[in-house]
Amino acid sequence: MCADKSVRAPKRFKMSFYCPHTENEIKEMLEAIGAKSIDDLFATVPPEFRLKRELNLPAGMPEPEVEAELNRLAGKNKSCSDTVCFAGGGVYNHYVPRAVDYLLMRSEFSTAYTPYQPEASQGTLQAIFEYQSMIKSLTGMEVANASMYDGGESCAEAVLMSARIAKKPQGAILMAGGLHPHYRRVIGTYTKHLEYGKKVLPITPSGQMDLDALKKEKPGLCLVVQHPNYFGCLEQMDEIGALAKEKNFTLIVITCEALSLAMLEPPGSFGAAIAAGEAQSFGMRPGFGGPLLGFFASREEFVRKMPGRLVGQTVDREGRRGFVLTLATREQHIRRAKATSNICTNHSLMALTAGIYLSLLGKNGLVKLAGVNLERANYLRRKISESKTLKLKFSAPVFNEMTVELGVDAEKVVAALANEGILAGVPLKHHFPDMADCLLVAATEMTEKAQIDELVRKLESAARSGR
Amino acid sequence: MSEEKLWRKRGSMSYEEPLIFEKSVAGQEGFQVSSQAPAADAEKIIPKQLLRKSRAELPEVGEQEVVRHYSRLSTWNYGVDHGFYPLGSCTMKYNPKINEFTASLPGFAMLHPEAPESLAQGTLELWHRLEEDLAEICGMDAASIQPCAGAHGELTGMLLFRAYFDDKGQKRSKILLPDTAHGTNPASAALAGFEVVEVETQSGLLTPELVKPHLDGSVAGLMLTNPNTLGLFETHVAKIAELVHAAGGLLYMDGANLNALMGIARPGDMGVDVMQMNLHKTFATPHGGGGPGSGPVAVKKILEPYLPNPRVVKKGGHYRLDCDRPKSIGRMTGWYGNALVWVKAFTYILRMGKDGLKLASRLAVLNANYIRARLREHYQITYPDSCMHECVFSDKGMPNEVTTMDVAKRLIDYGFHPPTIYFPLVIHGAIMVEPTETESKSRIDEFISAMIKIKEEAAATPELLKSAPLKTPVSRLDEVAAARKPVLCWSVAESEDK
Repeated sequence: MCADKSVRAPKRFKMSFYCPHTENEIKEMLEAIGAKSIDDLFATVPPEFRLKRELNLPAGMPEPEVEAELNRLAGKNKSCSDTVCFAGGGVYNHYVPRAVDYLLMRSEFSTAYTPYQPEASQGTLQAIFEYQSMIKSLTGMEVANASMYDGGESCAEAVLMSARIAKKPQGAILMAGGLHPHYRRVIGTYTKHLEYGKKVLPITPSGQMDLDALKKEKPGLCLVVQHPNYFGCLEQMDEIGALAKEKNFTLIVITCEALSLAMLEPPGSFGAAIAAGEAQSFGMRPGFGGPLLGFFASREEFVRKMPGRLVGQTVDREGRRGFVLTLATREQHIRRAKATSNICTNHSLMALTAGIYLSLLGKNGLVKLAGVNLERANYLRRKISESKTLKLKFSAPVFNEMTVELGVDAEKVVAALANEGILAGVPLKHHFPDMADCLLVAATEMTEKAQIDELVRKLESAARSGR
Repeated sequence: MSEEKLWRKRGSMSYEEPLIFEKSVAGQEGFQVSSQAPAADAEKIIPKQLLRKSRAELPEVGEQEVVRHYSRLSTWNYGVDHGFYPLGSCTMKYNPKINEFTASLPGFAMLHPEAPESLAQGTLELWHRLEEDLAEICGMDAASIQPCAGAHGELTGMLLFRAYFDDKGQKRSKILLPDTAHGTNPASAALAGFEVVEVETQSGLLTPELVKPHLDGSVAGLMLTNPNTLGLFETHVAKIAELVHAAGGLLYMDGANLNALMGIARPGDMGVDVMQMNLHKTFATPHGGGGPGSGPVAVKKILEPYLPNPRVVKKGGHYRLDCDRPKSIGRMTGWYGNALVWVKAFTYILRMGKDGLKLASRLAVLNANYIRARLREHYQITYPDSCMHECVFSDKGMPNEVTTMDVAKRLIDYGFHPPTIYFPLVIHGAIMVEPTETESKSRIDEFISAMIKIKEEAAATPELLKSAPLKTPVSRLDEVAAARKPVLCWSVAESEDK
């Protein structure tokens, strides 16, 4: 390392293991350039702006010391590895097959740039083409893009795309009350400066969108519905789809538990113009919320209005099949200010991750896994409905997540149970002040029945003692 | 199956690999979900009209074949771990492996974003320290590491501009940017609702004289890349900043090229108000074949109140998230950004330290100037001054109508990833070379030799260049056909035809 005196470092140039130059080589290079010193190369930087002091950072550290420091920081966290995790709300603790991690270590994939040179990037390009095909089929749509950053951004981009689809973009952005509150905020950030109004539709005591309220709405820019919704409830998608069609809404269906797509009738069947959301469940760790995988699919007629990268099939000069980035005329490097989005770097490696995961799970495995999630969650739901102290907040059917009414401050209960090795769920009070005693609880294949039993017992006891 | 086809499928060096869907065999499974857990009877729980009627078209392939599929596909790719990758403005430096290890530590990788703050103190501390380090490197007062990519950081920066002027009750609708700007700059400004005004550069640079006529009360600010996309330091940046500020505007800097400046000069000291940097470039996190990246923004004090929500704050030895910031532009992502990419960049900064980062920038500039000096007799250079971290050549004067595209494709045959080509747009047939500091002199000499050889071939055997690449699994691909009739997904019907 640069400042490591144990290495016989040449006097003038401290060595870095990531900078392989020897002093002799530097001399030769400067001669070829015709410069006396490296400093000479910075002649165009006005002297008054050259930093006269060292950066206020520590000196470099050898690898073992760096590792120890990072171990210390990681050790200060208590992750899903140290607790039983019932938290979801858009990020889920699913098992990741080891083959996924192993394949992601192929640095041919991870250390490449965006595939601008297709002949040297067929690996990434074919893998993304396959990913696009899988997302297309899972969502029941006609085309899918190469990835977005995450579900929240994907959702905001869907709203912006609905304005490009509209002949006369006007009216309000209608959002279901069950849309993820973070996603709603990202939409807010992305559209604050635009003239569209925003309206959040109420939910009924079942936890679903109030269809009567929807019926009264004037045509707007788009209708954004999350299914299963943030509270875990399945929406009445058949009726929502029919109403959207009747009222000529551009329907955007958001899913932030992508695993549910294996079991639920997909957005395409309900007339969605765009299906978008979060695909973290397909092989990504929670990672404190990133990097995740925004998926994005639409109907073919709108493909030229889509944001993000697209991989397409073509042929080489010998007629062999190959893949390229395509429809680039939508994109920033060609269209500049008129591009459909500003996206350049997206989440390619996460799309690869999802492709590997979905290939391993396969057509039947994914359905089976969804079935296990459904079983565990409905076991939990039954236990809560039988409890004398806990209550289900909503009556609608759920996939793997539900809202539980504790009768006491949910945030305090989560803090207390965290000390006992249980991450009990997501308290709702920060987003929904009238639900301060409500907890969003997810059950997956990672939560065993005995652990669910324990959770219910502990929630009951916390609820009783908190009163 | 014909013998030819059989050979192509089996031949270990032919690498032909079908689509994963074409490897599918009904009944095969790549992963056993669970032997004990029963799956629920979905029909009893989910209303019939909401139950999926047919299964999604996913492949049915055993684990070994899935592993082979992706392993074989990976051999069709070229990454920094293969060799020299001088893609201009992309800073394809070596990605240290310790970074991958630290980011995979379960304490980081398995942390749920909804975990109470008390369970997330390690990540929150790293978040806070990394923001402080980045602000120091850039000479700014505060940073937010939430944006997920460079363009996402640009958009964040443009929304900060907007929030700042809204707060002051000023309506400013225009953003100025030079004709050398990355395409993401105008796209990000437009996405934030600004009208984009392109300013012509002279001799590759912006000058106060060029900017001045455009400045009035309708201008929110100027976006500048420094060093710019020609690899030149915008030497008038401080004067330009003064002018923009005097007109009531703000200065944004695209920090994609920060790799030239670490420990040498700081944008904040030159009047920059907001900038983004790219952790997947300057701070050595792998690019992943197109992400994930991370594009933190750093700002001056006056813009801090508008930074995205939430902010991490330190009180005593404890870290917490602050959402109570009424002037914030709001949330930019579902959670907090690409936390595991932060871990990699933070690891890199710790490993390099103040000396290492400065050395990296010095050697990056040395490498670029060396290439420029050695190749200037063979390829037309664009501007006389020495360059910073990258150098740009033009295909003007190439014999036999050989183009930049031909040179790029021939480089692949010589085992190098091509430079960035046809950008910046102001240069005819631009060839933009960014070697980074991690390449040794001998590796760079090999690249230089290949470039000189290609120039000779352009004169003697141009057809060799026109038909390149010859040593890749596929030859030049028909991009026009791909766009004319897009095939974006696999379909059962097509595979059956084959």
